[in-house]
Amino acid sequence: MSLVKWTLHELQERLTRGDVSATEIVRAYFLRIGVVEPKVNAYITLNEQEVVLSEAGALDDAMKTWRKTMPMMAMPIAVKDNLCTEGVPTTGGSRILKDFTPPYNATVVDELRAQRCFLMGKTNLDEFGMGSSTEHSAFGPSRNPWKLDYVPGGSSGGSAAAVAADECVAALGTDTGGSIRQPAACCGVVGLKPTYGRVSRYGLLAFASSLDQIGPITKDVRDAALMMNVLAGHDPKDATSADVPAPDFTRSLKKKDVKHLKLGVPREFFEEGLDPEVRDAVHAAVSVLEDLGGTTREVSLPHTGVAVATYYLVATAEASANLARYDGVKYGFRARPYADLADMYRATRQEGFGPEVKRRIMLGTYALSSGYYDAYYAKAQAVRTLIRRDFDRAFQDVDVLVTPVMPTTVFRLGDRADDPLQMYLSDLYTVSASLAGVPAMSLPCGFSHRGLPIGMQLVGRPFEEDVMLRVGRAYELATDWRKQRPLIR
Amino acid sequence: MSTNVNREDVEHVAELARLRLTPEELEQFSVQLSRILTYVEEVKAVDTTGVPATTSMVAGDANVWREDEVRPSLSREQAVGNAPEAADGLFRVPRIIRDR
Repeated sequence: MSLVKWTLHELQERLTRGDVSATEIVRAYFLRIGVVEPKVNAYITLNEQEVVLSEAGALDDAMKTWRKTMPMMAMPIAVKDNLCTEGVPTTGGSRILKDFTPPYNATVVDELRAQRCFLMGKTNLDEFGMGSSTEHSAFGPSRNPWKLDYVPGGSSGGSAAAVAADECVAALGTDTGGSIRQPAACCGVVGLKPTYGRVSRYGLLAFASSLDQIGPITKDVRDAALMMNVLAGHDPKDATSADVPAPDFTRSLKKKDVKHLKLGVPREFFEEGLDPEVRDAVHAAVSVLEDLGGTTREVSLPHTGVAVATYYLVATAEASANLARYDGVKYGFRARPYADLADMYRATRQEGFGPEVKRRIMLGTYALSSGYYDAYYAKAQAVRTLIRRDFDRAFQDVDVLVTPVMPTTVFRLGDRADDPLQMYLSDLYTVSASLAGVPAMSLPCGFSHRGLPIGMQLVGRPFEEDVMLRVGRAYELATDWRKQRPLIR
Repeated sequence: MSTNVNREDVEHVAELARLRLTPEELEQFSVQLSRILTYVEEVKAVDTTGVPATTSMVAGDANVWREDEVRPSLSREQAVGNAPEAADGLFRVPRIIRDR
């Protein structure tokens, strides 16, 4: 088996044993990228092979004398292109940042690079994270490695596709309303959105600051725990990062069962509108968890039905403020010609932003504008409190929630591109955890009759990613979904 | 309930957002925003009497302070390095203040 098929922990074990060198890893991955990337289009920017190979050569020399390796050492990692990388272009999937090369690294990139991982490249996304399919990228959509005429999900679709297509061993994604979990589900890989504040957001191009979180997309749950060990922690550069000690996220995985854990199945997530194939797959997964020693019970999250409406009011309002910074002055694109300053702003934003970003800026500006603020934005923020209380109440009775990730199976490229509201509704099951700030992850739990992956979502208590990971790991060890791999053709 | 956003509303919001829209976009956004706003009206039906708005997601809700001290940061050259137009280490913008 080619080494690109291995999980991060398998690759790391082989590197530590000396079965494989850093140089061999880099060569194998660039070979793989050369073959599949023209079909998948997971990356916006690829790092130069010569640059990565010279890093690998130096690392191979250094490792001859080092006794201990670090978990991310020589691991080929991809980074979503809304995270700043020093000296490597960072576009946010937008024409307005086409020529932006950050002078600094996001904290998460610094943390990974400090362990001497390789940066393979920057992955595709819906512009500024706004979308569920990567079709809103200014650089063309990515493809689902399982079936190339289907979407990889979004907005971290490039990261999920790169992991599924073995174009990197693990990737960073970002999640505002499901943008890690949904593409991971579409591509048959694992995606984890940490608790709000668990991971520093310094160096992330902000979309909606009260919702945005950075997290890993990986080949299995153990890899997600290893990545969390690097990413989690307080960062003085991000005032919203929580000063909460991070555990060793791999420790809870040793149990390999879910004994003494109470699992909640929220009734509102299984009502009308849920595709029967998805429903059956998640129900079957719940049975597996019961066999593994968990007790399940139905719980209620009564405000689930208004979560999408709440989310799109809060997120677009924040986006309209955050995206005001793209004005053609400090970085990125400036339209020409222009009559005066105001004209330059309008022309730059007209040409620089794509239709979905404009739509959301418009929606957010409307919701914040004079006469509408109380009816829309303030109201949504109060409903958000009720959604958070729903979770607080449910977590008094259960430890982890088990739900679908998407109401449907993976959709075809172009199917929803012209219907923004339909696209928003595909976020139905992921936005609540974002609004509540609680951790959530998705992992494969089956395939549709068309052979596309189906994901299930686990939701945990704040700062209890380790409990959620334990449930996910026990489930994946008891099932074989992760062993099925896409044949890209 | 339904919300109707007409062309004048769209033009007004676009002006607030510093967006210039083409006639086609004005037309399209008028239809799409009406539909989306009609959908998000759902929140209005929720009883939020006495429910405080979520204004912060940070645990503890406390301000974060630090000493105001000089620390290493980006150089001036780096700071303006990505500007579409820069001169003498400064961002260059169209003239804002006119001679009398």
